Amino acid sequence: MKPFAYLRAETVADAVRACAAHPGAKFLGGGTNLVDLMKLGVEAPGLLVDVSRLPLDQVTDTAEGGLRVGATVRNSDLAAHPAVRTRYSALSQALLAGASGQLRNIATTGGNLLQRTRCPYFQDTSKPCNKREPGTGCPAREGAHRDLAVIGYSEDCVATHPSDMAVALAALDADVVLHGPEGERTVPVTGFHRLPGDNPDADTVVRPGELVTEVLLPPLPDGTVCLYRKARDRASYAFALASVAAVLRVRDGRIEHAALAFGGLAHRPWRARAAEEILLGAPATEATFLRAADAELAAARPLRDNAFKVRLARHLAVDALAELTART
Amino acid sequence: MSHAPQPLGAPAVRREGRAKVTGTARYAAERGLPGCLYAWVVPATVPAGRVTAVRTVDALAQPGVHSVLTHDNAPRLHEPDDPILAVLQDDRVPHRGWPVALVVADSLASARAGAEALHITYETTEHDVVLTEDHAGLYTPEEANGGYPAVRERGDFDRAFAESPVRVDVTYTLEPLHNHPMEPHASTARWSPEGHLTVYDSSQGATKVRDSLAAAFGIGTDKVTAVSEHVGGGFGSKGTPRPQAVLAAMAALHTGRPVELALARRQMPALVGHRAPTVQRVRLGAGPDGTLTSVAQEIITHTSTIKEFVEQAAVPARVMYGSPHSRTTHRVAALNVPSPSWMRAPGEAPGMYALESAMDELAAELSLDPVELRLRNDPADEPDSGKPFSSRGLAACLREGAERFGWQDRDPAPGIRREGALLLGTGVASATYPVYASPGHASAHAAPDGTYRIAINATDIGTGARTVLAQIAADVLGAPLDDVAIDIGDSDLPDASLAGGSSGTASWGWAVHKAASGLAERLAAHTGPLPDAGVTVTADTTEETAEKSPYARHAFGAHFAEVAVDTRTGEVRMRRMLGVFAAGRILNSRTGRSQFIGGMTMGIGMALTEGSTLDPVFGDFVESDLASYHVPVCADVAAIEAHWIDEDDPHLNPMGSKGIGEIGIVGAAAAVGNAFRHATGVRLRTLPLTPDRVLTHLA
Repeated sequence: MKPFAYLRAETVADAVRACAAHPGAKFLGGGTNLVDLMKLGVEAPGLLVDVSRLPLDQVTDTAEGGLRVGATVRNSDLAAHPAVRTRYSALSQALLAGASGQLRNIATTGGNLLQRTRCPYFQDTSKPCNKREPGTGCPAREGAHRDLAVIGYSEDCVATHPSDMAVALAALDADVVLHGPEGERTVPVTGFHRLPGDNPDADTVVRPGELVTEVLLPPLPDGTVCLYRKARDRASYAFALASVAAVLRVRDGRIEHAALAFGGLAHRPWRARAAEEILLGAPATEATFLRAADAELAAARPLRDNAFKVRLARHLAVDALAELTART
Repeated sequence: MSHAPQPLGAPAVRREGRAKVTGTARYAAERGLPGCLYAWVVPATVPAGRVTAVRTVDALAQPGVHSVLTHDNAPRLHEPDDPILAVLQDDRVPHRGWPVALVVADSLASARAGAEALHITYETTEHDVVLTEDHAGLYTPEEANGGYPAVRERGDFDRAFAESPVRVDVTYTLEPLHNHPMEPHASTARWSPEGHLTVYDSSQGATKVRDSLAAAFGIGTDKVTAVSEHVGGGFGSKGTPRPQAVLAAMAALHTGRPVELALARRQMPALVGHRAPTVQRVRLGAGPDGTLTSVAQEIITHTSTIKEFVEQAAVPARVMYGSPHSRTTHRVAALNVPSPSWMRAPGEAPGMYALESAMDELAAELSLDPVELRLRNDPADEPDSGKPFSSRGLAACLREGAERFGWQDRDPAPGIRREGALLLGTGVASATYPVYASPGHASAHAAPDGTYRIAINATDIGTGARTVLAQIAADVLGAPLDDVAIDIGDSDLPDASLAGGSSGTASWGWAVHKAASGLAERLAAHTGPLPDAGVTVTADTTEETAEKSPYARHAFGAHFAEVAVDTRTGEVRMRRMLGVFAAGRILNSRTGRSQFIGGMTMGIGMALTEGSTLDPVFGDFVESDLASYHVPVCADVAAIEAHWIDEDDPHLNPMGSKGIGEIGIVGAAAAVGNAFRHATGVRLRTLPLTPDRVLTHLA
């Protein structure tokens, strides 16, 4: 690990200023991923700006009836928050499906969004990786890729985004508030993470020096239900092989609102717009759900060892929609 | 705390438990020696070849870096007994991850920074890390691990199998596995001005570490002290001395300062052994009533290019079931892989997975209950040697396990127990593990105040050895347990064997028993108060343990498992697991139970979650941390029970005990796999049963 400076920021403005003034600076939240990556030599920031004690640790109601989640709210606290548990149960479930109790106690909302892929080649500095070192190549395409992407990947990168929380936020149409040197802006979660394209080194659209300060959850109209389901190698403390977040409102047997997002399949939480198009206005039946899932997953191009993920995602989506329908 | 004598077998609590949970127990890398330097291993980043140059100037310029050891300047070693210890002696790279340099600095961070600043160039040669059934390099070794003959033939297997009315001919494939104890391999070494080497080492046997270091550095064993006071698990990977001990001692010699070296988790897969992969063909021929006529188990496995280690997976088939015709063989190919080694029940764990899965397949062919099939083939004498068993509790374990588990109500039809998207099933498998004992020395001391002190270089790797040895001594002396102190984990204590082969308690306990018995005799003959120095008796069990027994001596057991298979996600989760074991006398019911359920849990991992993948391109193991190498977590284990039957076997040792450290994993994975087949009707012949494999095979 290279020597680095450490600064504890007292205000958002201070944090942004400190980071902007120091190329190669990184914000430090819970550190559950960043510090690991520093130990591995994957990240080598010259300055850590600790934002974990900024006054961003509250969950509050918005005027519109949604929720405002501060970026430093710990994953455990967010999962346990009564408003999250009752109104956004998919988010609570997603958080609790991630990592371990110890990690959730320290990991932050902002940091969870910004965690990096667990692709084994990305984490090993003795090997090529376009995400870590652009232009060096992607050994995962022909190598160990059972856990990696089946959709939306590129020649250059087949990494997946590891977050569970972000998948639920994508289906819930949450927004991310960013503060940067040029002011504040809001980005939808669905547009926050990128596809790899030919520059997989950029995971997100966050600009240099920008700090995640809040996540905004819009209100869900009455009668809307949601859930998160995850399949994994062991019962706890394992990343998703595939996961799904589903939000549904059914009236008189017809789907009035549907939002579906997949985790574990792509470089970002995969919002299933093609599926939603089929779901919207259609009868809430298994036939519809199958058609919707297949429409979305038709774009999947599994690698040699991960075709099972497509089938898994299809099952998760259909079952999640069926379960939500049964609840309405 | 009671001062009444506790009978042997009582659930005495671990003596060091409080020190461990309060953090005061000190491990090998926690010695805090004054002036200590820190070392970081630099692993080879090519899969085969040689180092052509190491440019150290930038590394040495890093603040805090003291020195860099390479094959050019590292102390020369005498040829070690184990080739994996010949580190930094030449330029060869036998596998990726092999140590090619060691950076020593005044802090761990500086050592790592120095390592990053090293420039190493290599000449690479072609490499091969992929084991296949028809690999051109396969050969038949003379022996497999444990000194067992690689090949055994009895009768005429080919003819008997061909003539058998019912036949099973199946092949199972197992990936490499890693031990991954909680505490990484670590050493702190220092040389005294007089040339005495002291090494605090995380090992399963400090006497062996002392001897290996003395041999490697060409000094007498009296010039080396190895200390393994507390060890955070080993599962076999610390059973042989590991490179960190040699490297720390080299660095301490080179720098004249104490040096601490703890391997990083990521470095462990390449440096501290693994369970070798196996491809196992099993053929069982039987009569219509299920009586076996022919048994063959043929193993293909890998070893490294520097050392022959052959996983003895066909050996348990020589013990388990009677059949007049049998063939058990091993073939091995030397690949550019890290050297495989012991992992909990080497041989038995993978071999019994295949054999016990095949027995389940035979039971299905015969439409015979798998417990009944095993009972019908329970031999009176050991099939391979013809020796009578000193005791063989397999049938008792199967019957008691079936009773406790509720096996009698089982519908054998596969794939019919639905619970929503889940399919449920149950499975059974047998377990076996040999009885080993090694010679040892111990001393027993009586003080004038009526207390006792036992000394032996045993190692407690988390098993409760310290506690059970004190119990054995207290039992012999008729003394309250609290009046018996015990010193272990230091090679300056009387020599003893390592914690391995499930032989620790038998070997050390034997020596302690003998010393304590001698002391009891002396005290009985003594009149008047004891002298101020007390009375000390020493014992050596070389003769007793070397005696050849006319009996075949093994522990046995039976596992019963229930799994739920999610047909939509392919997730397989345990519902419950129950094991019954016949392992002689259980000397501490609390720590004994922990050993059994610990082994069973590792068997669940083998069945459902654990696996290491060799990367064909880079030549290393893909899974290099505990986030990707999936040992079971609590949520994976659910309800787990271990029971044992009382076994009074006079042919073992003075305590009447058999080893229990390994038998818990043996057969456990087969029971889970058999339950999976009962649940789904699908037989998967490879592990672990992860969703990618399961989903692909479910309709």
